[in-house]
Amino acid sequence: MAQPTHATTEHTPTSGHGGGFPPFKAETYASQLLWLGLCFVVLYVMVAKLALPRMAGILADRRARIDGDLGEAVRLKGDADAAVATYEKALADARNRAHAIATETRDRLTAEADAHRKSVEAEFAVKLAAAERSIAASKTAAMSNVRGIAVDAAGAIVNRLIGKAPSEAAAAAAVDHVLKR
Amino acid sequence: MADPIHQFEIVNLFPLGKIGSTEIQFTNSALFMVVAVAVTGLLMLGTTSGRQLVPGRLQAMAEVTYEFVADMIRSTAGEEGMRFFPLVFSLFCFILFANVIGIVPYTFTVTSHIVVTASLALLVFFTVIVYGLYSHGLGFFRLFVPHGIPGYILPFVVLIEIVSFLSRPISHSVRLFANMLAGHITLKVFAGFVAGLGGALGLVGWVGGTLPLIMVIALTALELLVAFLQAYVFTLLACIYLSDALHPGH
Repeated sequence: MAQPTHATTEHTPTSGHGGGFPPFKAETYASQLLWLGLCFVVLYVMVAKLALPRMAGILADRRARIDGDLGEAVRLKGDADAAVATYEKALADARNRAHAIATETRDRLTAEADAHRKSVEAEFAVKLAAAERSIAASKTAAMSNVRGIAVDAAGAIVNRLIGKAPSEAAAAAAVDHVLKR
Repeated sequence: MADPIHQFEIVNLFPLGKIGSTEIQFTNSALFMVVAVAVTGLLMLGTTSGRQLVPGRLQAMAEVTYEFVADMIRSTAGEEGMRFFPLVFSLFCFILFANVIGIVPYTFTVTSHIVVTASLALLVFFTVIVYGLYSHGLGFFRLFVPHGIPGYILPFVVLIEIVSFLSRPISHSVRLFANMLAGHITLKVFAGFVAGLGGALGLVGWVGGTLPLIMVIALTALELLVAFLQAYVFTLLACIYLSDALHPGH
């Protein structure tokens, strides 16, 4: 930039540098323009042909990658949702099937139990009827025996009282008369 | 005190040869133009050579620059403006690195010369005219005829539009040139105070010299901002002017 320090009187802006304000020295313009042109053309070609296409490529790649990854994520989420739906459907089916099996089994067992009970009841009814019939038979037999015994007993009692046995027919008639009452 | 203008001197470093009777010299200005181009090349090509999907710091820097300039064009000139992307990107990088490198002591600030900034501004100016005439023919001159202006003041408005259009390269180039020049002179003046006080007044000067030193530090930070800002402003104006070439009817 400059020589350091020393406030000296002879070192004024107009002395020492050939005079004039450097940016307005026309004799330096040609060289500056030449180098500016050269450098700017090199810079422009470098930027236009190499740097910008490369950076545009990098940015496009990144955007494509991000979009691709997002698309993949959406697809995978769809897959996951579908799997969840399938699972829930399978679960619901299994639950329905289990319910159906339970209902069917319960109905079958109820029907079997009913049938068994009916057959047992029928069997009991038959046995009961037989028992009632035999009781009635026994009762009838017993009742007919009572009349005979009563006739005999009446004959024997009269014989003891009067010493003379009544006729069988008279005793039987008397017993029948009493039994009818 | 050190001469604050000395830093802008063009110095011949070594001769390269002769074209006819004109001697071709490699100057300090040329050196720092080459450095600016080299730094741009290094940043834009060296750091992106890996083409990493997840960028490292340097590649991220190149990508941020790319996106920054691309967004600037899209917001001012629209998607069609992207055809000027290489030009605008070259302008931005060249001016930015020339400005920033110029802040380093003992370097030369390429953009502190009016001939350089004027050349770049005229490059934009003629690109606008040539592209505007090429793509719109005479329709390009609708640029000077705004819509919705009453007939009786239209001639004045057109005149003003033409004058403002023609004065664009002047304001465009002088803004960058003057900012760089003034900033570097101010830096140099305050730095000269530090050295002058220290050299002339002994211990008192050493103590007194800290004040302008603090000033120099603050100004260097400011100049860094200005270096970036002026590169941005120059490029943004270039985008706005180029937008006229694309949409002359407004």
